[in-house]
Amino acid sequence: MAKLLARTLLTRDYASLSTNPFRVCVIGSGPAGFYTAEKMLKAHARAQVDIVDRLPTPFGLVRSGVAPDHPETKVVINQFSRVAKNERCAFFGNVTLGSSISLSELRELYHVVVLAYGAESDRVLGIPGEDLIGVHSARQFVWWYNGHPDGRSLNLDLNSTDTAVILGQGNVALDVARILLRSTTELAKTDIASHALAALEESSIRKVYLVGRRGPVQAACTAKELREVLGIKDLFVHIKEADLHKTLADEEEMKNSRIQRRVYELLSKAATSASSHPISGQRELHFVFFRKPDRFFESDEKRGHVAGVHFEKTILKGVGSGRQIAAGTGQYEGIDCGMVLKSIGYKSVAVDGLPFDHQKGVVPNVGGRVLSDTSGDPTLLENGLYVSGWLKRGPTGIIATNLYCAEETVASISEDLEQGALAS
Amino acid sequence: MLISRLSRVGVWMVKELYRGRCTSVSKNIRRPHIQFCQRPLFESHPEDKVFHSAIFPKSHNFSAAAASSNAIEEGSEQKETISVTFVNKDGEEQHIQVPIGMSMLEAAHQYDIELEGACEGSLACSTCHVIVMDMEYYNKLEDPADEENDMLDLAFGLTETSRLGCQVIAKPELDGIRLAIPAATRNFAVDGYVPKPH
Repeated sequence: MAKLLARTLLTRDYASLSTNPFRVCVIGSGPAGFYTAEKMLKAHARAQVDIVDRLPTPFGLVRSGVAPDHPETKVVINQFSRVAKNERCAFFGNVTLGSSISLSELRELYHVVVLAYGAESDRVLGIPGEDLIGVHSARQFVWWYNGHPDGRSLNLDLNSTDTAVILGQGNVALDVARILLRSTTELAKTDIASHALAALEESSIRKVYLVGRRGPVQAACTAKELREVLGIKDLFVHIKEADLHKTLADEEEMKNSRIQRRVYELLSKAATSASSHPISGQRELHFVFFRKPDRFFESDEKRGHVAGVHFEKTILKGVGSGRQIAAGTGQYEGIDCGMVLKSIGYKSVAVDGLPFDHQKGVVPNVGGRVLSDTSGDPTLLENGLYVSGWLKRGPTGIIATNLYCAEETVASISEDLEQGALAS
Repeated sequence: MLISRLSRVGVWMVKELYRGRCTSVSKNIRRPHIQFCQRPLFESHPEDKVFHSAIFPKSHNFSAAAASSNAIEEGSEQKETISVTFVNKDGEEQHIQVPIGMSMLEAAHQYDIELEGACEGSLACSTCHVIVMDMEYYNKLEDPADEENDMLDLAFGLTETSRLGCQVIAKPELDGIRLAIPAATRNFAVDGYVPKPH
């Protein structure tokens, strides 16, 4: 099969195009892949870019990551579609790197291969009970409500509990909380997958805890997402006023970060303006700070199912250069719940023949040039192999971050091309 | 099993592409062969097209482009445009005439100035970030709304006089405004990546 694919990729009709094309293959069709393709086509008139994705559909996380009630964020698809319409660009869906075709085969077929397949796995906590039924990663839940083909089969029980705990306070955590708490009449007007809408209509979840290891000054979300979740209709929001106390180190952190300042302001405003008790039947959102998950505990009635999370209380400890980390205090507290969504970060997956830094979960690189090993020696380069997006810098940032990330990778390719490092 | 079936479909798609001797997906993967692919992948809806042509008239709709450039010419006679200078990433200046009421994002795209606009002016990204070069002009703008500030939080190389290009609308007082497009790559390096010497 790989042979057939190889032949097909090679024998594409280039008659109307450059007679001496510079062939580029981009693996992954999310923002990193499309921005890389766009910059590549712009930078080199001879470049012909094939974008390959393991799914039949393009656009990666714009499709399966961006929340269904954020259609304006998905508008970037228009721009990516224009890239795909370029006569020097082609999209090949349903082609999986590693099984449909190997990396070494691709490197033989193309002058340049850019890996931009993102981060399709999850970080784990490594604490007892993590594999109990009812403990999911937020990524699985997001794929499920966004209709990702791999998320359809998620065994999600929204009917046997009224409480969900979300671990993490980043934007993914806030998205997930919003989907659980928003009225389904409103969600019905969005892009949400129909199987998810049907399940949410029957959902018995009324109370959501968003738990972070550190304080409100360090919350990893952005103001837009926070404003949105705080603005959900008929929602009781609870934030402990004592948690809003700022230390000198907190003040220092806020001084240097506009976003942390604005997020903190929103949280403290929500804390002071909220009513003290929920009206009966009202859905509830509880922000819980300074708690580190210690273990998940199993239900007595339903064997193998999660019944709650045990947390260790934390305090902040300075680690230099203004950064503060959470340190355990030896005091514990539990929250009962029937569902846990871990939103503690994504992780990239390695493929055969690709140097991989398992500690950082990225491909070792210098400015997008793939390094042969993780020793950090910048002279040991993999010829013609580059990386872009989350696989290059780790799973953080917004869609636009990939624009600059792709720019850097394409600049490296251009430089190598000029210096004759790439056979053409 | 499912995976191998999907891969077969994938190979089939690739084969079809080859048979069609075509390099553009937009014309080919149309038929609803698999459940995830029931709509043409790269075909925009009519309403999208309308939206496109409002912002990218040159590439999509020649008549609209012609109409708007006429508007610019007529406008300048009646002094209904203002002069705007864009300073690009390399420090080069581009002087353009912008009709009153038009956003700087739209104007930049009309003149092929390289200003990104990922969300096409719907206040969902920060890619059209511009820096107003004179405080005097910055003060003539209305204060950014919460929604704009939320996006500016995430802009690379944010300054005291940063705004989103889509929210700066041409008005007579802004005649002569100078807008810098931030050198993104440099800011990206500051943001996290530490370049190593070669």
